[in-house]
Amino acid sequence: MGEIYAKFVSQKISKTRWRPVPPGSLQTAETFATGSWDNEENYVSLWSIGDFGNLDSDGGFEGDHQLLCDIRHHGDVMDLQFFDQERIVAASSTGCVTIFLHHPNNQTLSVNQQWTTAHYHTGPGSPSYSSAPCTGIVCDNPEIVTVGEDGRINLFRADHKEAVRTINNADSSTLHAVTFLRTPEILTVNSIGQLKIWDFRQQGNEPSQILSLTGDRVPLHCVDRHPSQQHVVATGGQDGMLSIWDVRQGTMPVSLLKAHEAETNLHRNKLLRSYLLVWEVHFHPSNPDHLFTCSEDGSLWHWDASTDVPEKSSLFHQGGRTSTFLSHSISNQANVQQSLISSWLSTDTTKDRIEITSLLPSRTLSVNSLDVLGPCLVCGTDAEAIYVTRQLFV
Amino acid sequence: MELIWNLCEILFIEVAPAGPLLLHLLDWVRLHVCEVDSLSADVLGSENPSKHESFWNLVTILVLQGRLDEARQMLSKEADTSPTSAGMCRTLGDLMRTMPILSPGNTQTLTELELKWQHWHEECERHLQDGTFTSSPHLETLCKIMLGDEAALLEQKELLNNWYHFLVTRLLYSHPTVKPMDLHLYAQSSLDLFLGGESSPEPLDNILMAAFEFDIHQVIKECSIALSNWWFVAHLTDLLDHCKLLQSHNLYFGSNMREFLLLEYASGLFAHHSLWQLGVDYFDYCPELGRVSLELHIERIPLNTEQKALKVLRICEQRQMTEQVRSICKILAMKAVRNNRLGSALSWSIRAKDAAFATLVSDRFLMDYCDRGCFSDLDLIDNLGPAMMLSDRLTFLGKYREFHRLYGEKRFVDAASLLLSLMTSQIAPRSFWMTLLTDALPLLEQKQVIFSAEQTYELMRCLEDLTAGRPVRGEPDAQRLQDDDIETTKVEMLRLALARNLARAIIREGSLEGS
Repeated sequence: MGEIYAKFVSQKISKTRWRPVPPGSLQTAETFATGSWDNEENYVSLWSIGDFGNLDSDGGFEGDHQLLCDIRHHGDVMDLQFFDQERIVAASSTGCVTIFLHHPNNQTLSVNQQWTTAHYHTGPGSPSYSSAPCTGIVCDNPEIVTVGEDGRINLFRADHKEAVRTINNADSSTLHAVTFLRTPEILTVNSIGQLKIWDFRQQGNEPSQILSLTGDRVPLHCVDRHPSQQHVVATGGQDGMLSIWDVRQGTMPVSLLKAHEAETNLHRNKLLRSYLLVWEVHFHPSNPDHLFTCSEDGSLWHWDASTDVPEKSSLFHQGGRTSTFLSHSISNQANVQQSLISSWLSTDTTKDRIEITSLLPSRTLSVNSLDVLGPCLVCGTDAEAIYVTRQLFV
Repeated sequence: MELIWNLCEILFIEVAPAGPLLLHLLDWVRLHVCEVDSLSADVLGSENPSKHESFWNLVTILVLQGRLDEARQMLSKEADTSPTSAGMCRTLGDLMRTMPILSPGNTQTLTELELKWQHWHEECERHLQDGTFTSSPHLETLCKIMLGDEAALLEQKELLNNWYHFLVTRLLYSHPTVKPMDLHLYAQSSLDLFLGGESSPEPLDNILMAAFEFDIHQVIKECSIALSNWWFVAHLTDLLDHCKLLQSHNLYFGSNMREFLLLEYASGLFAHHSLWQLGVDYFDYCPELGRVSLELHIERIPLNTEQKALKVLRICEQRQMTEQVRSICKILAMKAVRNNRLGSALSWSIRAKDAAFATLVSDRFLMDYCDRGCFSDLDLIDNLGPAMMLSDRLTFLGKYREFHRLYGEKRFVDAASLLLSLMTSQIAPRSFWMTLLTDALPLLEQKQVIFSAEQTYELMRCLEDLTAGRPVRGEPDAQRLQDDDIETTKVEMLRLALARNLARAIIREGSLEGS
């Protein structure tokens, strides 16, 4: 990996997202948005790493990211997604979902639309109204799906004032993240370790499928779908475990990979099992053999499952229960054509190896968020820093 | 603040001896009194530097700061433009060049330096007496300054700007080999002379004076009073402590001053809405009271989202603060129950391994069931897994749900034995026995015999236990009577069903055993 630039921004960063480049264009990522949390005044900001006219000797661009514009945001920014080139959707800890519009001519952000009571414990009508944090958003123009600590799933459409569809009490525990599988289907993860698939075409309030790990109910915090194979999903859990699931087959994960290991206790010399939450997991959108995770222990891991690397050291760790799961997965694969198996599903310690690299130079406070687009990666930490690299695969 | 910090570094940490002390102090002044650079950029940038209005000011400042080489360059410019004073400039330049200073690599001893310096001083004096510079007042002032003439120095008050600059310049040109011990005498007199009785010393002056007197504790005390937060003193004290410069005082709070200040600072961080994460690290480094303080503070961080709660919990778990984990999880579970998020409440109590709370949540579930006749949140109960063992009530809930499932799948025999075991194993709460028995009714009424004779006897025993143990009610009112009626009807129906089942079971078992 090439150089990585750090910038301290005096606010704890909870989310970072690249602005999507127009499809078919040759541009690389240039602009990213960040959301802050835990401040009295939180901000959603836009940053640019674009051309400032400073070329270094190699012809690459130097200098770190510059703030383009920002706007106040009520409550912590719990999730952030780009709706399209100009609009950003933000989820707040006050239960409010906001669409911000970016005006490139005068470099400002403004509030375009807002659903203030998207998530609540007791409704706006009652005297004891209490809001609930909205924890996850996913967008697919023109639809926005949000989930929250109240166990509610909302389907919004931009420019519609009310929610198009609401599934109340979809889950009795907190929903942490959501992603689209195929367009009318979404997948949510919750704090009792379950993945639930919901189909908006169906009328009921029940999920169409539930998958979970047997054994410990480890909360799952993040989920991402494979860019091309829509049945492959990766989740990150509270104990540092990364799981790959095939939603067509069975109710158990295909592989369990443990990277964010427990660390030694400060005061004593024995290993302490501490929870090393994986905050975000992302498949690389154009090279899906690469996966990225970031966690509470301040590390950012790059998982490389591509099979064309000649020399690989076996850094593949597996948790204690995997022997059962491996045999499970192998028997499941028997019916699947060889060409459809992605490198993530057919993991086998003797044949395929996954190379795991840590990307951040030194361990800091928690890395809360990351995003990848092309050769660029951005991540934000609780140490009030944003790290950007434009040379991910060097 | 950087001013104070650097001075403390020079005096306390580097503990510079007599010779290099002055050099360090000169550097210190040059670093912190920076108008020189902008002024020299101004003057040099103009077309005719020596005719610039601030030219002489610049040269004077350069001399005051001991930057004699640069001053000489300026003078040579002046010499070029005005030939009349060329000679004088050259002489002065020579004097500047020949001033003996202690260079770092030099192996001169202090006495040698003193001697040379004395010699040079006398030469300057001689030039002044001879009147070499009388035609140019500027040059004469410069010479006087280089002689360390106090009056001349005081005239330059405006350029000097503050008393410590005055002090250093004075030392440079009158006592270059000053010893650290004598520093405070000169400092005091400089302060008095500079201020001239017009104004009283400001807090910064007091701090610097204390530093010159090598009174570390006084410095810290003055800084604590003067500065608005504990950041500076905490870090300074920590640094000094690591250099083993602080004698340990026995304070009421913390093992020594360093710990006291660190605790204060960290507590201040915790009061900030987002800097609490940093405070944690500071508490970790306070050996005596750090952990206790952290335990107290961390419970009081406001938790408005689960994300923040998880971060706080991780900090506690890392340091094995199980009590705090339990109390935080309990708070979150309580909030969840109040918001009717029973699933969340249960997962928090499982994380805290809090059996009592799990029982509470299970009771809520069961109450919901009794009220509505069906389970809410089936997804949670169906998938409890090993967490079921946390509390008896929870286990009962799980098993009861399993019973319903078995019944739904028409596996009646399994359902029946499960139901019986629930009652006989005492994990079912007594209040629920009636419901369980009522659930047994449809099984008893089935066409085929499900409960064996033994099992039926067990059921009858349970029913008798239940009815016998019922307390005598007080004054019956209409509602009570109605309830009692329902109860009696139920009991009668049960007795009937049990009797019939017993009959059929005995017959069936009898006939099987027979030939």
